[in-house]
Amino acid sequence: MRRTHGRLLRGIALLSVLALGATACGGSDGDSSDQKPVSAEDIQAALKKGGTVTVWAWEPTLEKVAADFQAKYPKVEIDLVGERSGDKHYTALSNAISAEKGVPDIAQVEYFAVGQYSLTKGLTELSPFGAGKLADKYTPGPWNAVSDGDKVYGLPMDSGPMALFYNKKVFDKHKIAVPTTWDEYVDAARELHKADPKVFIANDAGDAGFATSMLWQAGSRPYTVDGTKVKVDFSDAGAKKYTDTWQQLLDEKLLAPVNGWTDDWYKGLGDGTIATLASGAWMPANFVTGVPKAAGDWRAAPMPAWTEGDKSSAENGGSSLALPALGKNKELAYAFAEYANAGDGVPTRVEQGAFPATTAELRSEKFRDTEFEYFGGQKANEIFADSAANVADDWAYLPFQQYANSIFNDTVGKAYVSDTGLAAGLKSWQDASVKYGKEQGFTVE
Amino acid sequence: MTSTGSTSSAGSPATAASPSGHPSGSVHAADAGKDAPRLRTPRRHTPGRPGRSVPLTVLTGLVLLYTLVPLAWLVISATKTQEGLADSSGLWFGDDFALWDNIGQTFTYDDGIFLRWLLNTLLYVVLGAGGATFLAILGGYALAKFDFPGKRAVFAVVIGAVAVPGTALAVPTFLMFSKMGLTDSPWAVIIPSLVSPFGLYLMWVFATEAIPVELLEAARIDGAGEARTFFRVALPLLAPGIVTVLLFTTVATWNNYFLPLIMLKDPDWYPLTLGLSSWNSQAETIGGDVIFNLVITGSLLTIVPLIGAFLLLQKYWQSGLAAGSVKE
Repeated sequence: MRRTHGRLLRGIALLSVLALGATACGGSDGDSSDQKPVSAEDIQAALKKGGTVTVWAWEPTLEKVAADFQAKYPKVEIDLVGERSGDKHYTALSNAISAEKGVPDIAQVEYFAVGQYSLTKGLTELSPFGAGKLADKYTPGPWNAVSDGDKVYGLPMDSGPMALFYNKKVFDKHKIAVPTTWDEYVDAARELHKADPKVFIANDAGDAGFATSMLWQAGSRPYTVDGTKVKVDFSDAGAKKYTDTWQQLLDEKLLAPVNGWTDDWYKGLGDGTIATLASGAWMPANFVTGVPKAAGDWRAAPMPAWTEGDKSSAENGGSSLALPALGKNKELAYAFAEYANAGDGVPTRVEQGAFPATTAELRSEKFRDTEFEYFGGQKANEIFADSAANVADDWAYLPFQQYANSIFNDTVGKAYVSDTGLAAGLKSWQDASVKYGKEQGFTVE
Repeated sequence: MTSTGSTSSAGSPATAASPSGHPSGSVHAADAGKDAPRLRTPRRHTPGRPGRSVPLTVLTGLVLLYTLVPLAWLVISATKTQEGLADSSGLWFGDDFALWDNIGQTFTYDDGIFLRWLLNTLLYVVLGAGGATFLAILGGYALAKFDFPGKRAVFAVVIGAVAVPGTALAVPTFLMFSKMGLTDSPWAVIIPSLVSPFGLYLMWVFATEAIPVELLEAARIDGAGEARTFFRVALPLLAPGIVTVLLFTTVATWNNYFLPLIMLKDPDWYPLTLGLSSWNSQAETIGGDVIFNLVITGSLLTIVPLIGAFLLLQKYWQSGLAAGSVKE
């Protein structure tokens, strides 16, 4: 959901969390085992007593939630430190954990990064607080991302079931049908580009988050993680489906070589030169603020299928609130995380444009019937909610996904700038990930 | 950039008397300085009228263009609204002229946090760059004018330190400061900024050249203490070098990004670089406000003081560059 530039920062953050964090965690090894169950009464007592909870999160809707929470529990102070970029956020978090100082009580952690922090015991296990009971509240994709068997490492804040956003004006102008399968998508890409050479069906300059989501939808399961045993394998049928299709778009230069989240990208979405965007359901909020000029032009559609009639979907982005192991005020922190992500905070956040991970909200009539003014009055949530229901829940990210994503452009990225094929790119991504995993002490197949 | 180059041939430069033979003030210290008659016919150009070379002029023109185009882009883009940025070509004005509006918004957006960042940056520059310059002067003077054991080792360390990128030290520095409980405070930015190996090296070289030892000896014979000698005799002679070092450390502190990035969490203590970057990354956040126009206007405002500093100090800087190149 947020793009990852500063590879250097990543590297350094990782270096510090893995090299120094290892020692930090060594000391707290015993903590999780003597963690006592925390009853609802304990939490209520803590709320009555009050205190300060430091939250590192960039999610803008949390501001209102924090204000509501403080109004409800006047003795509690929520100190919301609004970091606004993923790289900086994880650098700061990893550094604080390494230094064992200044660790926040709650941190926003994206799904792909949960494994990394939970494995190094950087996160508090939440089942003693009763988090396990919340499993039914969430859609399977996000819940699977924050939990590992009985263990829960965070509460899902939002989700990103994928949909295809398309510029209806552009498609109508050239009288091209909106693709429902990826084969049709490739055809549409050709037709669009032929009708107007300035128009590309999509932008893609090599993006790890997007590629993994596409693999997810195509049924590929490249990562298997069992504790410290990890397997990386991009040779399954699903991966082949993705590379075969996407390679055509690359070979015929049908993708705009524009990085997401840049001003060029916003420009392309606004002026019709980027005609579609396969992305998470949180995207409408960004259309509204980032592409105001194209209001009314865009619509949402279900993700194109890999085989006709197949409804499989995938997640793209999404994040949770987790409690770093070294944070304080655990009871209060948990109370706030639950309030924001499973309790009264959820409707507040949905009202402000967040896309929920909770089934109750996703299924509610009010949610499904919301008309998106930006999408010309379309009830886009119906598409998103159906997509959420069709997300396969057996996807896993690597415990060092942050690193793996950071080397995506050096490996798979070559397919975008040279004749190296996507499949070969994935293979070299696999090799580099395996090598790194082994260096970090994982058992890698 | 250092001021010594051409004089090193004159043996121990500080003590060497004027080489005999050529009149003082000759501009050709480097090549015409040798008194031997030249056998080659002189080249066409004379000091008064430099020769013209078409390819060189073209090349210089290209370099100039390459240097100025981004600046032009910045200035032009700062006149556009967020929507105008997406609509118009980068290198020409759009239909809207929103510069004043943008500047106003930059200073008022998010409760005027931009002004706070500007003041933070000034604080870091005054204390960090000012302190770094002061320490470099003291150290450079001491290394140039006093003999003590281990001087060569210090030299090696300083030269080595020039080669270590600050980025490589940031994380260890962070851990150290964290243990001391100084992270997330302005001190975490100011204290590391106080060390400028390059500034020290520059001051050292400059002090070697610019202060005649005889002058110091004369001052001592007249009864001045070391402190008095330094402040009354040496310091005025060092002025051009000081300005140069100050300029370097100021630019380095003003543009410092990585150190504050690692050290600071609280946006209230951000310098401009970090603040603008956080505005920029709002575009990458779900539901975040996309304010490229303010990022661009903010960037423009951020470089204005630096340009001002260069323009104000350039004559000192230039004389600093030339000092020592001519023997008098």
